[in-house]
Amino acid sequence: MKLQGIDLDVARMGSGSPLLMLHGVGGPVAGMPFATRLAEKFEIIAPVHPGFAGTRIPDHFDCIDDLVYLYLDLLDLLDLRETLLVGFSMGGWVAAEMASMTTERLSRLALVNSVGVKVGGRDDRDIADLFAVSGKRLAEIMFHDPSMMPGFADMSEEQLETVAANRMALGVYTWDPYMHNPKLPGRLHRVTIPVHFMWGASDGLVSVDYGRGFCAMIPGATMTVIEEAGHAPHMEQPDRFVDALLAFAS
Amino acid sequence: MKSWWFTEDCYPYLPDENSYPSIRVELPNVHCDPQKASELYNRYLDLWCAADELGIGIMVNEHHQTATCMVPAAPIMLGILARQTERARLLILGNPLPNRNQPVRVAEEMAMIDVISKGRLECGFVRSVPYESAAANILPYKGTERLWEAHDLILKAWTTHDGPFNFEGRWYRHRQVNIWPRPWQQPHPPVWITMGSAGTAVPVAEHGYVGAVFLAGYPRIRSIFGGYRNAYLAAHGKPAPFDRLAYLALCYVGENEREAENGANHLMWYMQANKVAEQWRNPPGYYQPPVAAAVMRGVGPGIPVNPTLDQQMARGNVFAGTPDQVYAQIKAFWEYSGGFGHMIIMGQAGFLSDADALKSMQLYTDEVYPRLRELTKKSDPAEVAERSRAMADKESADLGNFGTKFVR
Repeated sequence: MKLQGIDLDVARMGSGSPLLMLHGVGGPVAGMPFATRLAEKFEIIAPVHPGFAGTRIPDHFDCIDDLVYLYLDLLDLLDLRETLLVGFSMGGWVAAEMASMTTERLSRLALVNSVGVKVGGRDDRDIADLFAVSGKRLAEIMFHDPSMMPGFADMSEEQLETVAANRMALGVYTWDPYMHNPKLPGRLHRVTIPVHFMWGASDGLVSVDYGRGFCAMIPGATMTVIEEAGHAPHMEQPDRFVDALLAFAS
Repeated sequence: MKSWWFTEDCYPYLPDENSYPSIRVELPNVHCDPQKASELYNRYLDLWCAADELGIGIMVNEHHQTATCMVPAAPIMLGILARQTERARLLILGNPLPNRNQPVRVAEEMAMIDVISKGRLECGFVRSVPYESAAANILPYKGTERLWEAHDLILKAWTTHDGPFNFEGRWYRHRQVNIWPRPWQQPHPPVWITMGSAGTAVPVAEHGYVGAVFLAGYPRIRSIFGGYRNAYLAAHGKPAPFDRLAYLALCYVGENEREAENGANHLMWYMQANKVAEQWRNPPGYYQPPVAAAVMRGVGPGIPVNPTLDQQMARGNVFAGTPDQVYAQIKAFWEYSGGFGHMIIMGQAGFLSDADALKSMQLYTDEVYPRLRELTKKSDPAEVAERSRAMADKESADLGNFGTKFVR
């Protein structure tokens, strides 16, 4: 789909009320089993952040705002209304920024192990530095069961190139300030739709305490902690994840 | 041929390599004894002063958060040398522009060194190596684009003399630029830029700057220098003179082979101590994804794991032997490369003693350097380049030609 002059990859599946799904640091998730279940109830619209999964980073893109405005335009272009906005990880940051600007086309916001704010002091490493760890350590940070992430040595050349490209795009969107916008907490009071946080309990990137701190920044927001899951509860505990999301959405 | 003497100013007194994951970025500075560091700085400065006395150019560089190089601010070293030396040209190679948030500050520092040294500055700009990204907290994405934008601002700062100008680029913004002092050399000090590929050589050649290549060896030198020469010819309508190209290698000259082997083995510390954890070698956006993927597989560019002296000599990254042998090695590489006008030698590393470093420097100056000067003087750049193009590709030197016993 052409948007802002960019060839934007958008996966669409299912039918029902609209669900805009923004993926996280690991790349697109629309092909996963949890999404298939969600597609029974929703029309899922899942864009690929430019630069991920083999797509190009537009020359003028260099920060998270570029994604925020891209998806605000996407909501307008598709004339989506009463949309359930679901953001995972870095996609949660994008979603929270969007909702702080306008909730006109949104009904609810679900944030899954989302980054985007700083909850601690300046000396606290709230968000693990993904660019400062080995591939092995990365798997331990991201997953309750690190074997969910194949080692670099076990990947095909093409897979590894995609991982490398995703990592570059992640750097472009999140490098500095790292994975957060210092201004966002002061803007979250504008989010007046229902907000629900969902959190893998053993996340090594952003802890449950971080999630609670983030949750407390949005008036009325609630939170579900999902056990035996890390940064991606939708992958490690798809059924519990979908149950919790459907409970929030209904 | 002009020659330059260089050391990275390492801090070699480290614990067992197995006790730390990386010599760069994360090695705790509890291992740095300030007293030892002070002695080292002063020893290295003395060696550069000796280069000045012998009549070789001086080169300095900088790295950050690493024991391989204790100079996080090359302009400070060069500022000292600007005052302490008399004759030598002072090459900084270079200022890591994408990692410095204020290009105007770089323009000021360089102008100051140029003025103190009465016009002896040769000013290099580099994109920087991947390990510097974490230390500078700078995303290396589009680093080359940032380098050139910072360069544009610096050149304009050096050459504008009628009061403040405005610069609002994509990466750098500065509304009232008016540097004091202005450079001694007019219109500005000579500019050098490092090149890692034929593609990155193109803008360097178009600007007519000195293009410098570090340790590319036989496998890559012709494509990089060739890229420069083609672009230079297209932009300027004449072949690139020798003095537009520079090559850096490790170099040890001994009175005999035993001495040379010993000295060169000490220099190999620079490559052998370079234990770097995978994440620091591959920051996001430094390499295009296919190369970044190769680094993840452990087969990317950069200094090889477990390098040996024999292998690095064969690749043209180390020149070592008696004066005759070193001249023969450099000449063979020079001919294969198509010719260059600046030989930068890393002449000190690791635990090489000052006496040994000095001895090699003296032998190089007395017995190798004059022959290299003669070589470029009597040769025609276009002819040398043409002969190089006619040679078959090779990955390594014909070691037999050098008669170097210790190259097995």
